[in-house]
Amino acid sequence: MENNKQLVIIGGGPAGLAAAIGAKQAGIDDLLILERDHCLGGILNQCIHNGFGLHTFGEELTGPEYAWRYIEQVQQLEIPYELNSMVLDISKDKTIRYVNAKQGVCTIHAQAIILAMGCRERPFGSLSIPGYRPAGIYSAGTAQKLVNIDGYMPGKEVVILGSGDIGLIMARRMTFEGANVHTVAERLPYSGGLKRNIVQCLDDFNIPLQLSHTVIDVKGKDRIESVTIAQVDENNQPIAGTEQEYPCDTLLLSCGLIPENELSANAGIELSKITNGPVVNELLETNMEGVFACGNVLHVHDLVDFVSQEATKAGQNAAQYILQQLPAFEHEIPIETGGLVRYTVPFSIDPSRMDDKQIVRFRLSNVLKNGYVNVYIDDNRVIHQRKMIRTPGEMESIVLKREWLNENSQSIRIETEVA
Amino acid sequence: MDVDVLIIGSGVVGSAIAYYLAKTDLKIAVIEKEEDVCTGTSKANSGIVHAGFDAMPNTLKAKFNVEGSHLIPELAKLLDFEYKQNGALVLCFDKKLRDRVEALYQRGLANGVTDLKIIEKDEILKLEPNVNEDVVCALYAPTSGIVCPFGMTIALAENAADNGVQFIFNEAVETIERVGDGWLVNDHYHAKVLVNAAGLYADEIHNQFVDQKIEITPRRGEYLLFDRTAGDLCAHTLFQLPTEKGKGVLITPTVHGNILVGPNAQAVPTKENVNTTAIGQDEIKTKARITIKDLPFNQVIRTFSGLRATPNGPDFIIGQTADHFYDAAGIESPGLSSAPAIGKWIAEQIREQLNANDHPHYIAKRKGFIDVKKLSNEQWNELIQKDPAYGIIVCRCETITAGSIQDALSRSLPARSLDGIKRRVRAGMGRCQAGFCLPRSMEIMQEKLGLSFEEIQLTNSHSKLITSKVKEGIHDGKQ
Amino acid sequence: MDIRHFTCINCPMGCPLSVTIDENGQVIDVKGNTCPKGYVYGQSEAVHPTRIVTSVVPVLHGDLLMVSCKTSQAVPKEKMFDVIQALKLVQVEAPVHIGDVLIDNVANTNVSIVATKEVQRT
Repeated sequence: MENNKQLVIIGGGPAGLAAAIGAKQAGIDDLLILERDHCLGGILNQCIHNGFGLHTFGEELTGPEYAWRYIEQVQQLEIPYELNSMVLDISKDKTIRYVNAKQGVCTIHAQAIILAMGCRERPFGSLSIPGYRPAGIYSAGTAQKLVNIDGYMPGKEVVILGSGDIGLIMARRMTFEGANVHTVAERLPYSGGLKRNIVQCLDDFNIPLQLSHTVIDVKGKDRIESVTIAQVDENNQPIAGTEQEYPCDTLLLSCGLIPENELSANAGIELSKITNGPVVNELLETNMEGVFACGNVLHVHDLVDFVSQEATKAGQNAAQYILQQLPAFEHEIPIETGGLVRYTVPFSIDPSRMDDKQIVRFRLSNVLKNGYVNVYIDDNRVIHQRKMIRTPGEMESIVLKREWLNENSQSIRIETEVA
Repeated sequence: MDVDVLIIGSGVVGSAIAYYLAKTDLKIAVIEKEEDVCTGTSKANSGIVHAGFDAMPNTLKAKFNVEGSHLIPELAKLLDFEYKQNGALVLCFDKKLRDRVEALYQRGLANGVTDLKIIEKDEILKLEPNVNEDVVCALYAPTSGIVCPFGMTIALAENAADNGVQFIFNEAVETIERVGDGWLVNDHYHAKVLVNAAGLYADEIHNQFVDQKIEITPRRGEYLLFDRTAGDLCAHTLFQLPTEKGKGVLITPTVHGNILVGPNAQAVPTKENVNTTAIGQDEIKTKARITIKDLPFNQVIRTFSGLRATPNGPDFIIGQTADHFYDAAGIESPGLSSAPAIGKWIAEQIREQLNANDHPHYIAKRKGFIDVKKLSNEQWNELIQKDPAYGIIVCRCETITAGSIQDALSRSLPARSLDGIKRRVRAGMGRCQAGFCLPRSMEIMQEKLGLSFEEIQLTNSHSKLITSKVKEGIHDGKQ
Repeated sequence: MDIRHFTCINCPMGCPLSVTIDENGQVIDVKGNTCPKGYVYGQSEAVHPTRIVTSVVPVLHGDLLMVSCKTSQAVPKEKMFDVIQALKLVQVEAPVHIGDVLIDNVANTNVSIVATKEVQRT
């Protein structure tokens, strides 16, 4: 089957849904969401805990409820979508090939594409943890699927490696559903998870969080029998004498998320080595003209509200691109980073095409207490913002005003300053 | 149960023997202690079809390796498993050791390896631009190949099963008695001929009946497997020329486009020590950097280790070592390359001994599992029309469909575990390591095999994936 | 006088709160908060901590095996496992809509359990 579309959105999770709504409301009717799962909503469907939507809706929703608000809009706006549809590749001329059981292998020529494929968990294999490879090792998200969607327990005596949010959330979920969570080990000296999750998922249940600790051995040939944890030094090397062996049947991993960009990479889209997501400009457009990215495929977010915001913007921008309403391209200023700022999204800004109030999101490489974030435009400091605490686990943002930039602007620099 | 031949062990060697014996009208059974074929030494190795220059001339290793390396390409076509003749380089990084390259070349000639030549730095770097520029020269063996060790073992075993060989799984050999002119195994299997292909445990079987005792020592080799995104690191199998410091490690592409690095060699205390170690991983990384300086270790998707069944003597132990008792023992490297030749030879001996005839309805060909990635849109659509399950992608990393997984569960030698599915159709073999497809594969197993989630195994019956339904064991006042 | 320490959870800031409580168990001061929500959280966390409990229960004849659910309001923290215990006995019939009450007054908390997912009948 061959087809033409103005806009194809790859992924029907929170990013894809918001992007589609954004584009539709900006005047694009000929669009299609391609979703690989059997329903819309993406990973939110298995995130049954509350805490979503405070910024967007002013109330705390669970993941499925948050997703449903967008799914309802998609349905009301009659935005077409295909489920159980896996995109196989994207070619340089924006031809998308996908497959499902109903239609077979299909190709669509799209005027614009929005990448919203989300991210995946860092797997056990990539961590090079010594020991056996028995049953009972799950990434936290896989365990979440088994518990929350299928209603099954992947284990009863649990050790968690990594203090990412899904791991913390699963510590509570597994406890509620009848498991004993013995400890959470985090290799870094700080947790990548949200404070609220550390309090409500670990502290509430007296589950110890051991910072600067990692798993150094997994025992059990068939099913896990024990996991050994040790403290690590500044070079991540286990410190002899600090080993503790935990008898258990399950090891959950919450060791980071990786944007899923195999499609993007194969299409020739430039990826950032830092975010593992596409390098995008102020329109959230990749180096391939008319291909936009948003959500966790662009960079891993901690709050879905920001995914929705970003994706809405990507949808609107794609619509403007298709309708040829975008201001002419003038000059792109790369955003330089300094201090603890690891990256920014967007990576560059064209003052002629930026928003009046352009949101720039970024993450830090370490904890910054009582420090400043400074923004310089051509060596003029336009932002000098102090905050009690900033952590690598929590995405930061600043608002760049268009009035600060003009056609002669040469550089934009965002950096941290220790107080 | 009465059979003519009982083969102990369904690794690549046991499966190869079964495959060749299946061409006869003999009644054959294979007994295996695990839940599937290819679960021991056969599953975790380098997957190399060695050209045959390494073994000492006039050894069984040399004979069976060279012969096996000729059989594998034919078998790959007949039985539809992945094999590629990618060629190998034995790299020399020290000009003082050039004579060893020459010696290896001569040994290869003596073993009957064809097309060998010694090439110099420029040519090496032309063939393999990522190789360390310190390289001096190399032995180039164009006939060396790579194979999927699971694919080959499963293909051999499955074709044997198609031709009536019976596989008995989840049963270890506990007792063997000589009765009349044959054997009684575990009190209920009668066989005229017993074949010992028990891998790491072959000594325990052998020593019951043969005066000249053997000892099999487990020698562990650890590996790093890289994502397909690193697949263009090298095209040939890159060995290091053995030095005083040891044999070195190899870097090779796999037939599926990954890169495999390893193995080291370490004697371990038990035959179950398939764990990886921090020291071992470091050793491999350090040694591999001699061959390619910038290896992207951040693209490693799995670390694993396998055991070699190393005999106390220098050679394989193959033949009728006691009356109506055949050994295929001590099959360490180049065991995978040699397995078909070993199987063929032992089958011929048994055939003669038992005066067997040809199988009356022999099925020579076997169809491999469909890899939708290799199909054109038209071919794939045709397939989906016949079976819509081929339009459902379960494993996203490797593009494996529900159709393939169902196929793996429905063959004459079906997968019975999640690892069994993985080794047949590669679901879960990719970069996310089954993070996404595990629950979905479990659902398919549930539907197809009528199992409950709690019954589904990763490997054997001690490796259940699920412990209970949610909220089981929750009681009042827990906190 | 007693000073208790909490981490505020209202937003990703995670303000470290110090709550001063007098002899009668009354909160007399909250320090460390950067917004009014933090003040309220510190007060309630020191005296009367509450939590939203979320879980899943089996669905019969639905297009999903399990439906997710939550307490419609926060329940006393010490009641969390009583809520879960009560959920163990529940099974619901599809269809289920978001907001459907699955249990009234769960574990005598005066709070109900509501569905948080749509499940179609098959």
